[in-house]
Amino acid sequence: MAKALMNYLDPGAIILGVEAGNDQDVIRILSDRLHSLGYVKPSFAAAVLAREAALPTGLPLGLDNNVAIPHTDPEHVLKPGLAMATLCRPVAFCNMEDPEERLQVSVVFLMALNDKDQQIEMLQEIALTIQSADTITALMQSNSVEDVTRLLA
Amino acid sequence: MTKQKTVLFACGTGIATSTVVAHAVEDALKERGITFHSRQCKATEVAGQIDDVDLVVSTTQLPKDLGKPVITTLAFLTGIGKAEALDKIEAVLRR
Repeated sequence: MAKALMNYLDPGAIILGVEAGNDQDVIRILSDRLHSLGYVKPSFAAAVLAREAALPTGLPLGLDNNVAIPHTDPEHVLKPGLAMATLCRPVAFCNMEDPEERLQVSVVFLMALNDKDQQIEMLQEIALTIQSADTITALMQSNSVEDVTRLLA
Repeated sequence: MTKQKTVLFACGTGIATSTVVAHAVEDALKERGITFHSRQCKATEVAGQIDDVDLVVSTTQLPKDLGKPVITTLAFLTGIGKAEALDKIEAVLRR
């Protein structure tokens, strides 16, 4: 059984109501946060942006609020971690399964991964979280890190 | 008992979503009485790893004409269409 998402999500890396112009803005904002918290190397943001352009990570949920899970190769990561942003206005991410399709994304989980066996539970927990439309709606309505902590604990 | 089939799980990095999908498919098919060999790789590595593979399950687009069955699905991440995806995988593995 996967553990609660808050076991992986650093409260310092939860940013609510982000005003972002596009997907790259969100990735930069969250990457900066993971960098200042000591999870990733300075090269992380550029690597995530490059990967997102080549291999997008938008996930269609069949809801108004879709999700994206940007990430990159382990060499840019110092220790595993997770950052999350909710967006005040959705931005377009391309669909992982079909890069031609643009999805309106309102929740972004930026993953710092460096070992597949250690991070499987974090990924499973993200998948479980996004499979609940109620949780996504509640996340979008969260006004404080405490709200998110209660929701995902 | 027929020879165990091999499923290659692919994603962009070869460690992230393919790991989740591999675990989800292994668990779900075990409940359906099917076990298989499982490997993972990056989407860009699939063509070089395809020889001994019976089925490729990917979360991202792959080159066309790989010569083996390919199922591209996000069902094991988003939950949408999971049963149908499992049915397709089961059908290939029971061949």
